[in-house]
Order: sequence, then structure tokens, then C-alpha cells
Amino acid sequence: MEFAGIKSLIFYAFALLTVASAVLVVTVRNIVHAAFSLMITLFGVAGLYVFLQADFLAATQVIVYVGGILVLILFGVMMTSGRLQMRIQIERGQLILGGLVALLILLLLFGVISNTPHWEGIKDDGSTLEPTTRTIGEMIMQGEFLLPFEVVSILLLVALIGAALISRKEVRDEE
Amino acid sequence: MLIDYLPILLLLVFAIGFAAINLALSHLLGPKKPTPSKLSVYESGVQPVGNARQRFTIRFDLIAMLFIIFDIEVVFLYPWAIVFKKFSESSGYFILIEMLVFIGILFLGYIYAWKKGGLTWD
Repeated sequence: MEFAGIKSLIFYAFALLTVASAVLVVTVRNIVHAAFSLMITLFGVAGLYVFLQADFLAATQVIVYVGGILVLILFGVMMTSGRLQMRIQIERGQLILGGLVALLILLLLFGVISNTPHWEGIKDDGSTLEPTTRTIGEMIMQGEFLLPFEVVSILLLVALIGAALISRKEVRDEE
Repeated sequence: MLIDYLPILLLLVFAIGFAAINLALSHLLGPKKPTPSKLSVYESGVQPVGNARQRFTIRFDLIAMLFIIFDIEVVFLYPWAIVFKKFSESSGYFILIEMLVFIGILFLGYIYAWKKGGLTWD
């Protein structure tokens, strides 16, 4: 029982960290501060994945989002704004539109949560926890998700060619 | 078990705590008597020339994109590697071919970026 108490304390700490830094992302004026808050948010989400017993997803979250996507976002800031002190201005119209999109995503997530059949399989004490990497590997390689797996490589190929094309254009402009 | 993640949590707490406490203590206890020579760049630093806050070349973007794409490829290698032995015993080389197709398609993009001069930095 002692362990469960500490566990929920850590869970709420991670949840608070995630929500608070997410609020900072959209409220803070400095775009670089927003990007670094996003890092904390993404990291907090990785922590929540651990509590959902999705260990592979948690590791992937840290590897890809915290380690990769965030660097890309920071590079994007460095390449576009010209000045890192660019201030963000929020207009009323954007606020309404953004709120609407957020509401729709919330509804979508509620739909997904209520339609997830194996939700009860996750025991609160973490006793059902086992590494998910093997299960994921079996499901990909056994044929059920083999085609999506190969399609992912096409998707990544498209992203790669797109990035190469964009930077190529810049090189030509400079010459 | 969730308790297996305790070392990671402890590492996080100690890493953040060590940095935060050291910064706070030196801020609170350290004497502050700045002089121009104290505030100058030291320890193999050089005086900055111009403003660092200007636009960066987009070539960084290609490097970052390449990094993320092959990052994701590596992520997919993990579940594949774990089941490799089991599947290669039951169905032979098929699992190897599956991954070779995956890597092969990405390798095409790599060659494309290479030929387009995305990896040169002149």
C-alpha cells in the first residue's frame, strides 16, 4: 500500500509537470522559452507512457520527440524568425479557432479511450507490466502490420526527399 | 514492473537536484563584485564578433531531418531485433528480407540526399 501511495504521488507530479509546461508553451511570449517548455511537456508525456505500461512508446517518445523533433523545432525558430526574441501575438480569432480545435481533439481522445477494449488489463499496481517491445515486434513481423511497417519507410522516404529538395533550393539561391 | 523504473527516476531527481542546488547555492552565497575583467570571456573563450541572433542556414534543417528519419529507423530496428531469432528459426530469411526492404527504401532517399549535395558543406 505504501508503494501505491508513492506511485500515485509520482504520477500526479508527472501529470502536473506535463500540464503546467503545456500551458507555458501556449502562454509564454518568448518563442524559445515555449520550445523548451515543450521539451518538458514531451518528457512528461514519456513519463505518463511509463505509467500506462507502454515502455517502448516511452523510450520512443524520448528518442524521437525529445531528442529529434525538438531540435527540428529549435532549428525552425533559428531559420525563420531572424531574431530569437520574436514575440508571439495572439489574436481573438486565433483563440476561438484554437479552442475549437482543442475541443475537437479532446472529444476524439475521449472516443478513443472509451473504445479501447484492453483498458482494464492494466493493473494499478503495475503487476501486469511486461516489456511491450517483443509484442510489437511479433505484431509487425507476423504479417498483421507488415504492410503498414513497409509503408512507414515510404513515408520517411518522402520526408527525406522533401527535406533534401528544400535545402537544395536554398543552396541554388545563394549561388 | 513499475519499480524497475525507479533507478531512472532517481537519476533524474539527482541530476536535476544537483544542478539546481548548485546554481541556487552559488547564487545565494557567492559574493558579487563584478569588474570589467571579471565579466570578460575567460577559459579559452574569445570575444564575440557580431550578433549571434541571426538567421541560420537551412542546411541545418536537412541534417536534423536526416537525424530524425534514421532515428525512427533505429526505433523500428529494436522490436525487429528482439523477435529476429524466433522468426528466423520458423520462417528462415523472410524476416531479414522484410527489414532489408525497409532499410533499402530509406537508403534510396539517403542516396538521393547525397547526390543532391545535401551532405556537402561548402
